[in-house]
Amino acid sequence: MKPRTPSIVAAYLAIILSVIAGAVLASEGARLMPSPSNRLDVESLQRGARNFTNYCLNCHSAQYMRYNRLTDLGLTEAQIKDNLMFGTAKIGETMKVAMTKSDAAAWFGAAPPDLSVEARVRGKDWLYSYFMAFYRDDKSVTGWNNLVFPNVAMPHVLWNLSGTQKLIEAEFDEREKAEAAELAAKGLALLEPVTGGKWVVKTLAQDTQGTLTPVQYKAFVADLVNYLEYIGEPARNERINFGIVVLIYLGVLFAFTYALKRAYWKDVH
Amino acid sequence: MQKLLNWIDDRFPLTALWKSQVSEYYAPKNFNFWYYFGSLALFVLVMQIVTGIFLTMNYKPDAAKAFESIEYIMRDVSGGWLIRYMHSTGASAFFIVVYLHMFRGLMYGSYRKPRELLWIVGCFIYLALMAEAFFGYLLPWGQMSYWGAQVIVNLFSTIPFIGEDLGVWIRGDYTISDVTLNRFFAFHVIAVPLVLLILVVVHLMALHEVGSNNPDGVEIKDKKDANGLPLDGIPFHPYYSVKDSVGVVFFLVVFSIVVFFVPDVGGYFIESNNFLPADPLKTPEHIAPVWYFTPYYAMLRAVPSFFAMQVWGVIVMGAAVVIFFFMPWLDHGAVKSIRYRGALYKTWLAIFVVCFLVLGYLGTVPVTVWGQFSGGWTELLDTKDKATWLARILTLVYFLFFILMPWYTARDKTKPVPERVT
Repeated sequence: MKPRTPSIVAAYLAIILSVIAGAVLASEGARLMPSPSNRLDVESLQRGARNFTNYCLNCHSAQYMRYNRLTDLGLTEAQIKDNLMFGTAKIGETMKVAMTKSDAAAWFGAAPPDLSVEARVRGKDWLYSYFMAFYRDDKSVTGWNNLVFPNVAMPHVLWNLSGTQKLIEAEFDEREKAEAAELAAKGLALLEPVTGGKWVVKTLAQDTQGTLTPVQYKAFVADLVNYLEYIGEPARNERINFGIVVLIYLGVLFAFTYALKRAYWKDVH
Repeated sequence: MQKLLNWIDDRFPLTALWKSQVSEYYAPKNFNFWYYFGSLALFVLVMQIVTGIFLTMNYKPDAAKAFESIEYIMRDVSGGWLIRYMHSTGASAFFIVVYLHMFRGLMYGSYRKPRELLWIVGCFIYLALMAEAFFGYLLPWGQMSYWGAQVIVNLFSTIPFIGEDLGVWIRGDYTISDVTLNRFFAFHVIAVPLVLLILVVVHLMALHEVGSNNPDGVEIKDKKDANGLPLDGIPFHPYYSVKDSVGVVFFLVVFSIVVFFVPDVGGYFIESNNFLPADPLKTPEHIAPVWYFTPYYAMLRAVPSFFAMQVWGVIVMGAAVVIFFFMPWLDHGAVKSIRYRGALYKTWLAIFVVCFLVLGYLGTVPVTVWGQFSGGWTELLDTKDKATWLARILTLVYFLFFILMPWYTARDKTKPVPERVT
């Protein structure tokens, strides 16, 4: 028996390709919007800290994040105390909330999660899209629903900034047409199967205006997401900057070790 | 200085050890790229021990504090983030390096006579490494830590009759709990590392006794000069000490790119669900081990239950690892190195590698990833998930690589092996 290497190779290439294709098709849930946040934009991070302490820190804690760590963002301790701290906490303490977990669970149905490392669980694009995805839903307990996190217990806290959105559903008989419509839709879109073998594409449309324009609201959320990513890993910028120095050092070291090896191996034939 | 050395040598064979193990240990001169991974594995081991010591100084093996203490290390301990990322990246790097080291053995027949024991000790190191990684993964006390440990310990519970009791015995509790965390910590920081270090020393002693194999699979000890030194050998120090230094620095470049720029590697080195604290009441939708275990995890999931028992998957998974021990006696080839093997072995090795990689991928995704088979004939199947069926076929082929080895290696049309290394 002669082994037929080329056909076997081709068969396995086909398997690998189908694996990759499968991985791409397997992504479920709503199509997300990329977050425009920029980790180097210190002003954006400062605004994000303001947004966080004003709108989030009443219900959500960040229990691993110390207030005085915000000096990373170019703020002085006095500035942090005056502008970002509203309770009785001390500057060296972490961002905790007064609400107990059991109370929170009783009031909201689920305790609001701690946000210290939430950005590392969800990713920045998910968070950005989540804040863009609230819409009015009379059938839900809070009156709100979310395209990215369906039936979420959290109401739309930022609604008077963003205004309200309504859900638009388009029904299709074939999956291909629904997918085409999903692709054609701008921003968030969710493709779901419905009964009768049909497909529905859910998108959102602005209903009422908020105190911010849509562009301003997007910037507001981008700042907030930027800040959430920052508190997920406060050492991130330091890590990246240090990494560049380390790589330059290793590059030089590599040149020297390689030259040393060449010198020693001259007489090996 | 010489006087001090003499004083020591009269009491301890320092110079003799240095000569026999390093400066007068003759290694073949034709090592290629694949021969870096042994010294790299040793380097990573040392790095894991050193970073581990520093992590232990700030980590708290307590179910109420473990998650918090990791975040404390990441935020408040000076350089803590670097130590932690080095350790978490080091775990994956260890497996990458060891898998490549094992693949080198498969390519060049490094397990063949007289290196059978060397290979077997290496297999034990691999087992110890898996245990070390498993125990360590519980320590951050995230959701994946918790549920991953739950899944693995439950494997032992599938053993008939004694399973339930065995599970309780391992956990020290009816579920994974603070008790489990404490004992896993003990295993991770002292018991398994001790075994690992002893095994590595034995591995090196066995290597230096039989001498290194090389890409030609030629024994350099067969051709010696007038002084009794191998003609194709060069002293490990300085030749390979300087060459391996180049390897270490190159490794550090790649390692640093991960540590400093992508420490979680898109969820493959640090799973994003592990940033949620362990919650015994909330089972994650999709539980996947870290990538280095996923080939075996895919096998485990693929094996169906027979006679109302789940234990078969565990047996298959165990056998998939243990079968490596038998390599020296499964290979009946006339030559060691892939350079002089025929197409049969080369093809099977390639198939084996692809099986291992695709199984590894399948272990990271839900079994529903490619959907289900449809049609009337599917009523005969126990599962309609396409991915499960592919995993079953690949598991079968994985074992066929070993089981058919005596047959195909003996039939293979080999090329003549040169007298000396090339």
